[in-house]
Amino acid sequence: MKTFDYVRPATIPEAVAAASAPGAAYLAAGTNLVDLMKGGIAQPGRLVDIGHLPGLDRIEHMPDGGVRIGALVRNADLAYDRDFARRFPAVAEALLSGASPQLRNAATVGGNLMQRTRCAYFYDLASACNKREPGSGCDALGGENRLHAVLGWSESCIATHPSDFCVPLVALNATVEIEGAAGRREVPVESFHRLPDGHPERDSVLEPGELITGVRLPAEAAGFAGHARYLKVRERTSYAFAVVSAVAALRIEDGAIAEARIALGGVALKPWRVRDAEASLADARPDAPAFREAARIALADARPSGENGFKIELARRIVTRALTLAAAGTPDRVPALPASPFAPVPGELSHV
Amino acid sequence: MSFSITLTVNEVARTVTLDDPRVTLLDLLRERLDLTGTKKGCDRGQCGACTVLVDGRRINSCLALAISHDGAQIRTIEGLAKGDELHPVQAAFIAHDGFQCGFCTPGQIMSAVGLIEEAQAGADPERVREGMSGNLCRCAAYAGITRAVLDAQERMAGAGRKDAA
Repeated sequence: MKTFDYVRPATIPEAVAAASAPGAAYLAAGTNLVDLMKGGIAQPGRLVDIGHLPGLDRIEHMPDGGVRIGALVRNADLAYDRDFARRFPAVAEALLSGASPQLRNAATVGGNLMQRTRCAYFYDLASACNKREPGSGCDALGGENRLHAVLGWSESCIATHPSDFCVPLVALNATVEIEGAAGRREVPVESFHRLPDGHPERDSVLEPGELITGVRLPAEAAGFAGHARYLKVRERTSYAFAVVSAVAALRIEDGAIAEARIALGGVALKPWRVRDAEASLADARPDAPAFREAARIALADARPSGENGFKIELARRIVTRALTLAAAGTPDRVPALPASPFAPVPGELSHV
Repeated sequence: MSFSITLTVNEVARTVTLDDPRVTLLDLLRERLDLTGTKKGCDRGQCGACTVLVDGRRINSCLALAISHDGAQIRTIEGLAKGDELHPVQAAFIAHDGFQCGFCTPGQIMSAVGLIEEAQAGADPERVREGMSGNLCRCAAYAGITRAVLDAQERMAGAGRKDAA
């Protein structure tokens, strides 16, 4: 690990000033950053430790029905907050399907948004990687790429975004609160992460020095609480990143779908919301043909970036299954194996 | 540049001067405080051998920078037994053959203590297995580990000794 200067600011303005210097990085729990530093992938010259900043560790239920989650709230604390999990069950299920209990006890909400891809070529300093070293090329193209992107990729980068948490956040219109030298701004989570587009080294829209202070979910997002599920295919039962994941959230009124939300994880360099597929379900009966059609639309633009064509059909099936599970109703408690594709599926889709 | 940090480790205040900010909590425990019960397995947050309790919560000490945990309360495997009397989780790992080579065991036991404290798994073996998924055992003693955690949890609840964790 390259050495660094360590700074522990007392206030947000002090943090922003300290992190505006070239080569500076924010440190919260460090569950991803310290790993990247050990591997030499990240080499910050200065760490700005925000772990002790006051006021960023609260889950606030707002008078308007929305919720504000401080950037330093730990993943486990959010997932196990009863009020939060009751109102946003798919977010809790996504959180509990990610990483391990030890990591969820440490990792923060802001850090989850800031985590970097797990593309093996990004981690391997001997490989070309435009995200790690702009202009060096992409060894994932033509390499071992069965887990890489099938949507939104370019020849410059075919990596995927690893977050589970962010998938329901984009489906539920969450926003990110950002503090910078120029003041505060708010960005939809859906617009926060960047596709490769010429600058794969830039993961997000954050400018130098900008700090995530919180994430907000609007009141209307709780309207899906009765029919919301996250489903995640992994290469082992637990403690693995998604091969493909999907969130499905429905508002069902008088036996018909009033509104649907669908987003995918593990398929692109950002959590992937599919509005056309959502629109196809408006006023539809929640049944297998409607869900299959929505899944078909959701993956209509997908194309393999290598040996990963299977992910397209897998994603269709996971979307269909997530919609089926959501229509059957949110369970009272997050299942023992959160987001598991091994759980039984009700009705006619049991063999999908 | 050197930094002085104070940690409470197994209920004893320890002040350590660091001349390098890169020291992890794991290396500080092992190299500076001679608490070598906490093991270094992968050193990258994937195996759980380094699990300790920080402010009552189980975390991977290999990914925690010591300097950012100034003031924290740390509990390690060395802090569980009371003299010759083993902690109920330690006793249960012996009773149920919850290990073979033993390398992952301190991490398994600290993780189990954390899991029982969190009180999310209950008596459901599937929730216990999922709750222990952050600790790998290359000898694959998982069946014994699950039985040990369930048994210890029941004994601790029965003895009204939740505070023993």
